Amino acid sequence: MKLTRDQIEKLAHLARLEFSDSEMDEMMNDLDKMLGFVDRISELDLKGVEPLIYMNPEVDKLREDKAEIRITKEDALKNAPNRDTDYFRFPRVLKDS
Amino acid sequence: MAYSDYPSYRKELESGSLTVVAEVERILEKIDQSAHLNAYLEVFASDARARASVIDQKIAHKTAGRLAGMVIAIKDNLCFKDHKVSASSKILEGFQSLFTGTAIERLLAEDVVIIGRTNCDEFAMGSSNLNSAFGPVLNPLDNSRVPGGSSGGSAAALAAGLCHASLGSDTGGSIRQPASFTGLWGLKPTYGRISRHGLIAYASSFDQIGPFALNAYDSALLLEIMAGKDEYDSTCSEQAVPSYSKHIEEPVSKKKIAVFKSVLNHQGLDPAVQANFHQQIEQLKQKGHTVEEVDFDYLDYLVPVYYLLTTAEASSNLARFDGVHYGFRASEAEEPEAVYKKSRTQGFGKEVKRRILLGTFVLSSGYYDAYYGNAQRARRLVTNEMNTLLEKFDFILTPTTPHEAFRLDRKDTDPTVMYLEDIFTVLANICGLPAVSVPTGYGSSKLPLGTQLMGKAFSELELLQTAKQLG
Repeated sequence: MKLTRDQIEKLAHLARLEFSDSEMDEMMNDLDKMLGFVDRISELDLKGVEPLIYMNPEVDKLREDKAEIRITKEDALKNAPNRDTDYFRFPRVLKDS
Repeated sequence: MAYSDYPSYRKELESGSLTVVAEVERILEKIDQSAHLNAYLEVFASDARARASVIDQKIAHKTAGRLAGMVIAIKDNLCFKDHKVSASSKILEGFQSLFTGTAIERLLAEDVVIIGRTNCDEFAMGSSNLNSAFGPVLNPLDNSRVPGGSSGGSAAALAAGLCHASLGSDTGGSIRQPASFTGLWGLKPTYGRISRHGLIAYASSFDQIGPFALNAYDSALLLEIMAGKDEYDSTCSEQAVPSYSKHIEEPVSKKKIAVFKSVLNHQGLDPAVQANFHQQIEQLKQKGHTVEEVDFDYLDYLVPVYYLLTTAEASSNLARFDGVHYGFRASEAEEPEAVYKKSRTQGFGKEVKRRILLGTFVLSSGYYDAYYGNAQRARRLVTNEMNTLLEKFDFILTPTTPHEAFRLDRKDTDPTVMYLEDIFTVLANICGLPAVSVPTGYGSSKLPLGTQLMGKAFSELELLQTAKQLG
């Protein structure tokens, strides 16, 4: 299958990515080839085959549901691109009406 | 003196003829002289020196751990507390890990020295190390060639003698292919053998941490220390960990080994690789093993299945990089959505964006079942086929790669050409099986060739024992 420019623009928005016009041309071309490549699996007869989702056959292990502090506030803020003493700083989400 | 294997090195340390301090100095000097390889993104020199002298004291007091003084390089997608980790991406600019991942924690508990973090393809996506935000890595055996990828820096560092062993991660061949290109042992353990806690995720149902080593013994020793259940990774197996290193030298019984006709007749197979592979088959037969040709009809579907599933998982795993809590944030963004979009657009490289887009597509409404769902069904089909084969055979033997290390200036106009580099390696990740690449000869340009042995889940001991008979 072939993706239209509109479809790729929508995918880019969903993935929170932006492309210039020339990058978009290149991306269309690349995705076209990638889809052509993965489309091969349509040749397989997969009717009635159960999807394989979990790679480890062992049953889930449970642990005590107990609260633990593993990261201090200072640590959590350590890698922030923008912060103050107590909070991450980020552009305002709600605007003044 | 060059390092050959851990037991000999340990003997030297214990006899007093060598100290960890001296060995670390020797290696740091060599790293300096090999800076052109671009294998290391950062060398933890002062850390390593300080640790070396503590370990020397432990050796003197006979309290040193089982890997005392082993100098290890780690791929730049493994978390080591208070050290930078970037997955070779601009989006993790300046990021320092708040914790140490389980595999590294266990190595440190046995007194290794972590010497530095190594270059790799961005977020482990690639087979050449050309996709790093910090430039390509050169193959130490021929500087005009790639070391392979994605764990290219870890392979180059060990092949150039800039560490004693190194760690990589393998999602579709990212340890085995570079091991093959640089003449090393590269092991991808069974899915769930080693905890993924502290490994920056690419495709969580495929990723495994594994060692690069100079021989089977070191591979076994590193595996045995890193493996085993972990409360921080629920996909990590609770199966007991055998003493791989203790049993590695034991003689192996006669094995039944399968080779795929579709691999033997594969179009892209270099004649030198083919010749080397046939020689390995003959050698195994001479040692009394049975090698049988079998049909395997899925070969050409493996890489497509791999890309459908891994890009889907990657698009989800990489959603966390949004410029909000850590890493790179685009400076000019003033609106919330613009922070996400501009930070991700400027922070990720081209191959990562391509894979995120494909992954977003295969998971999108209306296409999910035809692509992602069917790839999961195909994964079941292939896994069932392999499990059936592995009831009849102990191992599957293939070349690791279709050819020797390719040139750095190779230009592909189609991204899927590079994807086919992984044609023989993705199978182990699709099925969660262990596989090892062993150096077995040289190609027409005198560069190393590897042969891959793949076994049943959790058969690492027999896998490594049998792999010793190759080469």
